[in-house]
Amino acid sequence: MRIVSSTLILAGFLAASTHAWAAPGEVKIGMLTTLSGPGSSLGIDVRDAFNLAVKNLGGSLGGLKATIIEVDDQQKPDVAKDAATRLIEKDKVDFATGIIFSNLMLATMPSFDRAQTYYISANASPSQLAGKQCTPYFFSAAYQNDNQHEAMGHYVQAKGFKNVYLMAPNYPAGKDGLNGFKRYYAGNVAGEVYTTVNQLDYAAELASLRAANPDAVYVFYPGGMGVNFVKQWEQAGLKGKIPLFGPGFTFSEDTLAAMGDAAVGTLNTAQWSPDLDNPQNKKFVADFEAAFGRLPSVYASQAYDAAMLIDSAIRKTGGKLDDKAALGKALMAADFKSVRGNFKFNKNHFPIQDFFLREVVKDSKGRYLNKKIAPIFQDRGDAYVGECSM
Amino acid sequence: MIAQLFIEQGLNGLQLGITLFLMAAGLTLVFGIMDVIHLSHGSFYMLGAYLTATLGARFDSYLLGLALAIPLVALIGMVVEWIAIRRLYERDHLDQVLATFGLIMFFNEAVRMIWGAQPIFLSPPASLAGTVELLPGIFYPQFRLAILGTGLAVAALLGLMIRRTRLGMRLRAGASDRAMAGALGVNIDGLFTIVFGLGTGLAALAGGMAGTVLSVQVGMGESILILTFVVVVIGGIGSIKGALVGAILVGLVDTLARTMLPVALRSTLPASQADSVAASLSSTSVYVLMILVLAWRPKGLYGART
Repeated sequence: MRIVSSTLILAGFLAASTHAWAAPGEVKIGMLTTLSGPGSSLGIDVRDAFNLAVKNLGGSLGGLKATIIEVDDQQKPDVAKDAATRLIEKDKVDFATGIIFSNLMLATMPSFDRAQTYYISANASPSQLAGKQCTPYFFSAAYQNDNQHEAMGHYVQAKGFKNVYLMAPNYPAGKDGLNGFKRYYAGNVAGEVYTTVNQLDYAAELASLRAANPDAVYVFYPGGMGVNFVKQWEQAGLKGKIPLFGPGFTFSEDTLAAMGDAAVGTLNTAQWSPDLDNPQNKKFVADFEAAFGRLPSVYASQAYDAAMLIDSAIRKTGGKLDDKAALGKALMAADFKSVRGNFKFNKNHFPIQDFFLREVVKDSKGRYLNKKIAPIFQDRGDAYVGECSM
Repeated sequence: MIAQLFIEQGLNGLQLGITLFLMAAGLTLVFGIMDVIHLSHGSFYMLGAYLTATLGARFDSYLLGLALAIPLVALIGMVVEWIAIRRLYERDHLDQVLATFGLIMFFNEAVRMIWGAQPIFLSPPASLAGTVELLPGIFYPQFRLAILGTGLAVAALLGLMIRRTRLGMRLRAGASDRAMAGALGVNIDGLFTIVFGLGTGLAALAGGMAGTVLSVQVGMGESILILTFVVVVIGGIGSIKGALVGAILVGLVDTLARTMLPVALRSTLPASQADSVAASLSSTSVYVLMILVLAWRPKGLYGART
């Protein structure tokens, strides 16, 4: 009896170890994102949407069983850098994704680059990586940071505003953002203010803004910063007096519920909207709401697409994760159905896609969400592709 | 236009000062009377904000939530004093720093487990959500004025209590000479528990009000704690009057530096650089103030202890 059972155990061991050794059909994804603090609403949407995509693909990516290793970067560059090293060296991930904030992206990308680990961005896409520091191992499934701001700059210019006040957090994406806006807006800049990242009280800035008496205000405040700014904007009695514009980041479904009526009616620009009319987007929005009880944001749409992009690339290479060159080529093909409709890659691995004007509305079910109003750009690339030597 | 801006920024500074005062009043008493360096004071500010948010949502009334959160946090404070802080009175300051730093981590993790890591956004009551025109062209959010008014009223009540009541007399005696007060028959243990409860209750009031202006999140207490210590040191350890004057000074200097420095620097530097430099300079402004005050009066403005 004893002999039989030990033989069985031994057989079990052997079976298990051969299985582990061969490890066929597994792909490891490092999900490094912001899950705590004022920026966490973005990271949670990215994580949830990525997991939803994997679930919709039957728990696999490109036919390989997907294991997702989740790490909170706490919106701190040093924490993100250490976590990236751990994901590369200890967990040996095949792909990484999830970083929300561009300062963290710039701090960690050299590590992924050195390890030749493909990083598929579901959000942060700074100008540096689109231009001079472009690398074969970075693909943006989102946008280039300037894009949404460019679209709004274009709209504000077309509407004839002449004296616009600009505000953004002081970090790489904040500077990219206001540069993008000014690329298309040619009027006078009534004020250009960069506040500390994750500042939560804007009373002092709002007083200065009121004193400058602009004819419109443009603010880039993602996550909790946006909630506080928009609420304080209304409390200061400025809503309805001065038109407020923003990129889709400021008025995004992850924070619209917390802003409540303060945000209703504001116009913003993005490459995606929950009401875009294509079958994959309808399925995505419905599945997301069913799974998590809230509407997906633009960040969620980007993460869903990032997962679908990885899926398509692995499928194209027949599951050969070690052939980095073939994998890069397969990613570049972007052979997947994006929830935003048109999507293809430029030579710097940043998207060429369409941008829309959206308006925040409250629907009959009491949900706060964006509605597509009009197209602004078609097949828009980015301003830095010329500086990229790839 | 410049005068309007100045008045509005002055009010913003006062409002920050009042929040700091509510924190500093408790801290300066604990520090001055009990001689305990209490780093976890910010945790009670955080608890006040979280309980106000939760209870306010439960009873559908922000004011009721705040009114319930204050005694609840004071009670938690007294229990913490009884369980943990009481053991630290005879220890040196390093032990106190280590133990109360541990309490910060305990409370942060506890809050993360109960409420999650995501911030909660708390709205002021609808009746106070609008703006008032104080002077022609000067608009100010009603709720911020309410914070200012509440803070000043609490300061007045606290001053009255310290000057006119028996408890206040004991507090003053304890602050100026703890050993002598004990020798003269003041129940020091009981007094300490009351002081701690009072301090944590005030922190809860500050947190519950600030939570509506900022957001309710894990670690919100630490960012205000540093400024609170600066206020206590500037005002003089153990002095409520010092805490009030120090808090308003710090609030005004911090807000005015934050708004005036970028304007001054932007004439010479591009906007994003000017704002970076101004942000670092203005965050040092309160410490410069502290150095100046301490150089002039080494025990703070109203330092009671000798």
